[in-house]
Amino acid sequence: MSTSTIHDIGYRHYDGKRLGRGYVLRSLYVHNLRAAFGLGRPARAKVMPFLLAAIMLLPAAGSVAAFGISKEPDTLIRYSSYAPTLSVIIAIFVATQAPVLASRELRFHVVPLYFSRPVGHLDFVLAKVGAMTTALFALIGVPVTVLYAGGLVTKMPDSSEQLLRYLGAMAGCVVFAFVLGAIGMVVSAFTPRRGFGVAAVIAVFMLSTTVVTIVQGIAETQTNFTLQGWAGLFAPFNLVDIVQVRLLGAQSSSVGIAPGIQGGIVALALCAAIVAGSVAVLYRRYRKAGLS
Amino acid sequence: MPIIAIQGLTMRFSGVTALNDLTLSVEPGVVGLVGANGAGKSTLIKILLGLLPPSAGTATVLGLDIARDGLRIRERVGFMPEYEALPPDISATELVVHMARMCGLPPTAARERAADTLRHVGLYEERYRPIGGYSTGMRQRVKLAQALVHDPQLVFLDEPTNGLDPAGRDEMLELIHRVGSEFGISVLVTSHLLGELERVCDHVVIIDGGRLLRSQAVEAYTEASGVLTVEVDEGRDLLGHRLYDQGVAVRPEGRFLLIDIAGESTYDQVRDGVAELGLRLIRMEQRRHRIEEVFAAEPAAAAPPSPVGPGGPAPGAPAPGGPAPGGQGGPVPGTPGQPGQPGQPVQPPSQGAPR
Repeated sequence: MSTSTIHDIGYRHYDGKRLGRGYVLRSLYVHNLRAAFGLGRPARAKVMPFLLAAIMLLPAAGSVAAFGISKEPDTLIRYSSYAPTLSVIIAIFVATQAPVLASRELRFHVVPLYFSRPVGHLDFVLAKVGAMTTALFALIGVPVTVLYAGGLVTKMPDSSEQLLRYLGAMAGCVVFAFVLGAIGMVVSAFTPRRGFGVAAVIAVFMLSTTVVTIVQGIAETQTNFTLQGWAGLFAPFNLVDIVQVRLLGAQSSSVGIAPGIQGGIVALALCAAIVAGSVAVLYRRYRKAGLS
Repeated sequence: MPIIAIQGLTMRFSGVTALNDLTLSVEPGVVGLVGANGAGKSTLIKILLGLLPPSAGTATVLGLDIARDGLRIRERVGFMPEYEALPPDISATELVVHMARMCGLPPTAARERAADTLRHVGLYEERYRPIGGYSTGMRQRVKLAQALVHDPQLVFLDEPTNGLDPAGRDEMLELIHRVGSEFGISVLVTSHLLGELERVCDHVVIIDGGRLLRSQAVEAYTEASGVLTVEVDEGRDLLGHRLYDQGVAVRPEGRFLLIDIAGESTYDQVRDGVAELGLRLIRMEQRRHRIEEVFAAEPAAAAPPSPVGPGGPAPGAPAPGGPAPGGQGGPVPGTPGQPGQPGQPVQPPSQGAPR
């Protein structure tokens, strides 16, 4: 290799600023958020996330266009049912991108490089979970915002009520992002090979939904609507929908919704437990990986 | 002030004692840590990074206590792990910049330091390509760069020459030497190859089975011994017999004659012998000790001698009279499963072994 243009000026010591924990946490969060969308990586890493984000936008754009032409309020998709309606796309996004965040650095043993630096174990997990949640919130929240903005532009009636519904739906999006992200991260952290990780996350979402739907179907034929409602707690999308319906004033988009305000509180508590539990599990997982 | 001071450090995992009452102190410079695989080298590094609490004992790194100041230690040291530790789908630049930021370097400084450090370890245009396409030698350089990017006061290099071919090994050793001398960063480098460390280290610590075998400056290992090596073109035995007849303690080893130096007259006797026999003298030099000899000399004193059955050496024990202590790059004697190496000798070496 020709080094004629490279002048070796010798080693220089660094005596500039060293920033603290907040900066490290922020850098880690941004790094993971970029990774969730394949930024800073080869082009093929960007294909899936951006393709899925585009698919997520299509129904919203179509719905706004249909409403603009027909002026029929029913053609505008309800904000709160956007995520349950497109649950398959969201599940695929979680399945392909959660392994990128949760298991890639485990598989290639990058984790010890972090923990031999002033990076805390909890900070490391919080940055990852935070980045995954933000990515999912953007994935779901942007199309919902498109719906709302489109409705405003095309003169949807009852704009003040629309705003309330929109804000409620955004709160629902946050819960969706937290719960789905947490489940996806934990599952993929225990399946280091990426292919298995994708399959495992998909399996968790699809199997839980299928089993719950079957149970709800049986309960419905026996006219046991209480069981039908409570069974919804065991499928992630249905679980968050219970929170939306009971606590955020949305209309139901699922087969069964647990009854009453206490149903909503139980569902919200379960969501919080899932997120806290996954942080705890990931903490232990990375701590162990940092020592291997 | 010692950069590393260890007091009675013991590390027990369930059923295994990785480190056993280790006490040592290390001054700034390039320090080698030698031991067979499983001797506890990597465990020691993790303890010194403050990541693994020891079962007993204390240690300080750069004057900071490992139990209380782990975070401050990790701000000041770098670590190059032994195994593959690089994500394949991002470029060396991206990784090293990110790791610099993980040490708190602001964005601009992180980019500058990453470019500088990658250049110092010898990565140029290829640093923009994804790491997945790198050779083993290039990967080792990236690993070294990420350990140096935040300008630490001390770096832990765990088996940096692992998996490299002889040329890559030489380049890596040269780099380590530069880190110590030119960059002014203290280095703790582990290896299971003694010859390598002999070349770059100021000080060598040898651990075996979690116990400290020896800790001293390299010169102390390689000081002159009282043995003269003589090589003649032909007629080795002729010269040997003649010297023996004159009462000189002489024994053959390979193509050489090893002669115990009794005084100045020994040199004269060799010279006269060669001249009178009309031989061509190729070499006459005072033999130096090798670090390897520690393993041949020490175990008898440090460890209780293994019981030897009447029928011969214990099963699995290396046969006495194997090849002479290996030259550079020979594996650590005493490694299990290395027959033929003069490992922990079950019988005291009589002839053939130095000293």
